[in-house]
Amino acid sequence: MLHIKCPHCGMRSQNEFSYGGDATIKRPELNKEISDQDWNNFVYNRKSLRGKHLELWQHLSGCRQWIKVERDTATHEIFKTLKANQDI
Amino acid sequence: MQKYSIFNLIKNAFSGHQNWDLAWKDATPKKEYDVIIIGGGGHGLATAYYLAKEHNITNVAIIEKGWLGGGNMGRNTTIIRSNYMHDDNALFSEFGMDLWRKMSQDLNYNVMFSPRGIINLAHSDAQMNVFARRGNSMRLNDIDAVLLNREEVKEIIPMADFSENVRFPIFGGLMQPSAGTARHDAVAWGYARQADSMGVDIIQNCEVTGFDVSGGKINGVRTSRGDIKVKKIGLCVAGSTNILAEKLNMTIPVETHLLQACVTEPVKPVLDKVVTFGAGHFYISQSDKGEMVMGGDLDGYNSYAQRGNLPTLQHVLTEGIAMMPFLSKLKMLRTWGGIMDMSMDGSPIIDKTHIEGLYLNCGWCYGGFKATPASGWTFAHTIAQDRVHKLNEGYSLSRFNTGHLLDEKGLGTKTWIS
Ligand SMILES: Cc1cc2nc3c(=O)[nH]c(=O)nc-3n(C[C@H](O)[C@H](O)[C@H](O)COP(=O)(O)OP(=O)(O)OC[C@H]3O[C@@H](n4cnc5c(N)ncnc54)[C@H](O)[C@@H]3O)c2cc1C
Ligand SMILES: [Zn+2]
Repeated sequence: MLHIKCPHCGMRSQNEFSYGGDATIKRPELNKEISDQDWNNFVYNRKSLRGKHLELWQHLSGCRQWIKVERDTATHEIFKTLKANQDI
Repeated sequence: MQKYSIFNLIKNAFSGHQNWDLAWKDATPKKEYDVIIIGGGGHGLATAYYLAKEHNITNVAIIEKGWLGGGNMGRNTTIIRSNYMHDDNALFSEFGMDLWRKMSQDLNYNVMFSPRGIINLAHSDAQMNVFARRGNSMRLNDIDAVLLNREEVKEIIPMADFSENVRFPIFGGLMQPSAGTARHDAVAWGYARQADSMGVDIIQNCEVTGFDVSGGKINGVRTSRGDIKVKKIGLCVAGSTNILAEKLNMTIPVETHLLQACVTEPVKPVLDKVVTFGAGHFYISQSDKGEMVMGGDLDGYNSYAQRGNLPTLQHVLTEGIAMMPFLSKLKMLRTWGGIMDMSMDGSPIIDKTHIEGLYLNCGWCYGGFKATPASGWTFAHTIAQDRVHKLNEGYSLSRFNTGHLLDEKGLGTKTWIS
């Protein structure tokens, strides 16, 4: 069982959260000329790092906020959690 | 190569089975090969076998960082089926079914292919309609499909919950009678033994750590046992594809996730079909040893740990008990996990890449075991002829760019959400 510290609610069990994937992916800017490759990178292509991974989780059965979690994808150790608008 | 037969079995019995030939040699890396296959799982081994057998290319090495078949090949729940709706998936898988049927003879190795049939349960009228459509699509592609009503399902699997007032009543199901299971280890060993006998070097305990690429071309690989020169590389590393892609400066439409499975203590024969629950993600079959083999959802977050967490297991088994209540009385014997190459549309990639001499085989998600022979066959063709075969045309890497997705389950880009 993972224990995730929601920056709004405190330490909660994994069951209360749902996963949202890589948090470093940026949506291409609006109203700009964007290549197919840029869209491809945004929608589909992922590094899926082994080791430290910054990712989105939603505290679905809690405050319902999206948060950022820095977690090791090999050991599942969680290093840090942040509000969605905070940078690491 | 020594043939496996009843006569050789009797002959070797006289010497206490001490004099059998080794099934394959433990090769040390040469300086140079025509083709190197990275990954000694099912797909890598099958690819090497078909390279030698169908294309006469035998100066080939399989490089495996651990032991042969120790990745997902040795961790899956062995379901083999071709109950797909989209043509590309259906035709590819059905081609594979044909190879499965001949495999034990072809490899001179008993892979215990058991076409016992699979039933996907439906729990609503809407789901019955969807299954009817899927079944019709399958039959248009010459794949056997039978739509069963509630009574017919009850006849076949009476141990499922047919009582009144259950949360997910069984309305019926879609059956593919020719689907089934096989012994995964035997498939790996059978391909390895034949590939070895045709001259393929099987190199274990050797990790690929980098690539020698110049002028857009593959020149060699770096490994934990030295550099090796080569012009063509087939990447068959399933759950490690993202790691090696990074070393090639590629980002690919794949994420690495964790999938668990488990078995109960062995019990007497009770279930002679593969059955999937239609109101969640749970499936079950009974092994020849009598264990109930079960699996379901991914753990749900990116992971390279080959072991899982309890919440997912608990969730999956709750579904199992809802479907077949007798399971609650059994003891769990083992649980384990494997790392899955989850592609963004749920379908695999078997293609060339922008690097000359680099060929990509990945994105197998939950269903790469059944694809072993067809994947090896088409990948060998793609490598040998430097062009894709008609059967793997739909499995292109560029489909994500062009929008020709093969989204069989309608899960979009987050196949791991399911
Ligand atoms: C729990 C579970 C249940 C499953 N159930 C089913 C099922 O019922 N039906 C089905 O069809 N599929 C199933 N699958 C999926 C199936 O097992 C996989 O899709 C398939 O095995 C992947 O292909 P492979 O056999 O070549 O992979 P693997 O056996 O994982 O082979 C990849 C190999 O590459 C090696 N490797 C990685 N990195 C390197 C490197 N740098 N250098 C050298 N070697 C390297 C690994 O050690 C590994 O041996 C299941 C998977 C899991 C985990
Ligand atoms: Zn919260």
